[in-house]
Amino acid sequence: MNEINGNLLDKYAAVTGQDVIEHLRQLAQPLNGLRVVHVNSTRIGGGVAEILHKMVPLMQELGIQTSWEVITGEQVFYQCTKGFHNAMQGNHVNIPESQLRAYEETNAKTAETLRPVLEEADVVFIHDPQPAALIRHFPERKGKWVWRCHIDVSKPFRPVWKYLRNFVSGYDASIFSLSSFAQQLPHSVYLIAPSIDPLHDKNVDLEKSEIREVYNRFNIRPREPMILQVSRYDRFKDPIGVIQAYKLAKKFVPTLQLVLAGGGASDDPEGEAVLNEVRLAAEDDPDVHILLLPSDAHRTINALQRVSDIVLQKSVREGFGLTVTEAMWKNKPVIGGDTGGIRIQVINHHTGFLVNTPEGAALRIRYLLHNSDKLAEMGDKAKEFVRQNFLITRHLREYLTLIYALLYNSTDRILLD
Amino acid sequence: MNSDDISFAPFEIKDCALIAIATGQRAQNLRELSTILNSISTDSIYYHFWGGLLRPRFDDPEFHNDFAGWVAHALHDKVLAERLAVIDPVDFEDLDALRQELIEVLEERQDELDYPIWAPSGNQFEFIRSQTVVFSTNHTVNQPMEFVEIIPQMSVGTIFFHFIDAKRRNPNSIDDFQNWLLNFGEEYEKLRQGINEIDAYFSTLVNLRNELAKLFEKFFRKAKA
Repeated sequence: MNEINGNLLDKYAAVTGQDVIEHLRQLAQPLNGLRVVHVNSTRIGGGVAEILHKMVPLMQELGIQTSWEVITGEQVFYQCTKGFHNAMQGNHVNIPESQLRAYEETNAKTAETLRPVLEEADVVFIHDPQPAALIRHFPERKGKWVWRCHIDVSKPFRPVWKYLRNFVSGYDASIFSLSSFAQQLPHSVYLIAPSIDPLHDKNVDLEKSEIREVYNRFNIRPREPMILQVSRYDRFKDPIGVIQAYKLAKKFVPTLQLVLAGGGASDDPEGEAVLNEVRLAAEDDPDVHILLLPSDAHRTINALQRVSDIVLQKSVREGFGLTVTEAMWKNKPVIGGDTGGIRIQVINHHTGFLVNTPEGAALRIRYLLHNSDKLAEMGDKAKEFVRQNFLITRHLREYLTLIYALLYNSTDRILLD
Repeated sequence: MNSDDISFAPFEIKDCALIAIATGQRAQNLRELSTILNSISTDSIYYHFWGGLLRPRFDDPEFHNDFAGWVAHALHDKVLAERLAVIDPVDFEDLDALRQELIEVLEERQDELDYPIWAPSGNQFEFIRSQTVVFSTNHTVNQPMEFVEIIPQMSVGTIFFHFIDAKRRNPNSIDDFQNWLLNFGEEYEKLRQGINEIDAYFSTLVNLRNELAKLFEKFFRKAKA
């Protein structure tokens, strides 16, 4: 992998600036030869795999011997871990004893398969609940083990969290994405925000022709204002509130168009119901485009974000909100719900506006569409804010810093000579 | 002293990276905030005043410390937010003195209010501390004039370490640039004064770097003339 991506760091330098990459190289230098293993549950699909596809080769290129292992199991294992996922996000999920047994057995089997590599590792990153129970099978481990939680666990369903905490407590440290997600644990709880990959199809610069193509494909008028929300059809994302805001703003901006871009909802009864409500609320308005896009339509979403004037994320509950980060990376001011990670990305009057109601969102839509200089200025600030804080290079820097924190038993300051 | 013939150690340029750690302590009103402040480690107070410079935070924040920001945005108490925002940590001998001032301001405000104000659920003040890793850049400076070229290329981590962190670390509470220049006696007195006058608290690391770069550039341009 190292050979294929031999100049990966240089590619990032073109986006982040050479100083950021130089900083990473100097920080990583004393870690040369260290053995690091990441374990998650899939190589394809999902945010964790997306990050690891770049994080692993980047760490390798910095001289750290990094490998990526995956836990796999039977269907019952995935039923159980899906239950964990939903429960950690606050849903009341009762997980049957048989599923818990399958979960523990799958972890036990995987522990035997991965034993040589995990026993040799200096640092092991275990991502999310699926492989969390592996630690039970390494009582004599020499390396440091850290549990990385990518899920919004601000209000977990307690019985399930209590079960998982039995495993998580055994780690040397854990990582949560926001301080409001952090749980009480008997070890250091680190805070590392997620990041976006500027070289991923979702975020990479596109040719003008590819950007323009979405106008035709979705019947969007190129010269008229357009607002966009990218999210699945979920009540927490408040798509109905977005339509209400659009209708209020359209009274003053008659040519306004709205695009709601989300994934298919065929396997999700709740999603299907929300989608029907959204269609009803749109009242066959030809300027409201309700799109159902496949999960790999990254370049299409990328182009839609680029052709929109303003991006909305009017969630009433949100984890970190990486769709906000992605929009900001495309120089778009974001009108976002005043919740979760949106709060640390959307800075009122600078990178966008935080709102609590459809009325608030409508007001800000009108304001921005009538102040094109302000809109452009805020979009530029938004991109710069992401460049400084929410790219994968910052994520990598924090992982390296964390490795030192794990290896050196120092309280607040670690001096490397 | 002839500055071409130095007998002391060169200036070793270091860099640093910071990582945040949740303390698990959360406050939902002023009473809880002052109670926790009373016992929280000074690392956490340091983080909430200075850590913002090295973590995801907008470069032009409305409030320069986290306490003021939370009081304004979660409690909507603008009076107290203004009083907290004006507290400049540089004015205090150490972090314990800063802690006492914070508690004083919070208690004064609680006396003024008839009832406690609560932050909405999910918007509590989260006490955080940090760990800092300090590492070598493998670059050294032998003559002050070399800084003219080097400062503009310094990372923000380097500026933080040598300018902000140094004041807490050095027994004389001054930054590393001034401390090193002291080795040269009176020759760089004016330059040291200029550095001393930089107001670090209401700035960003990028602005600090620019200010330092300008000072060095101006000083040596004049010296040349």
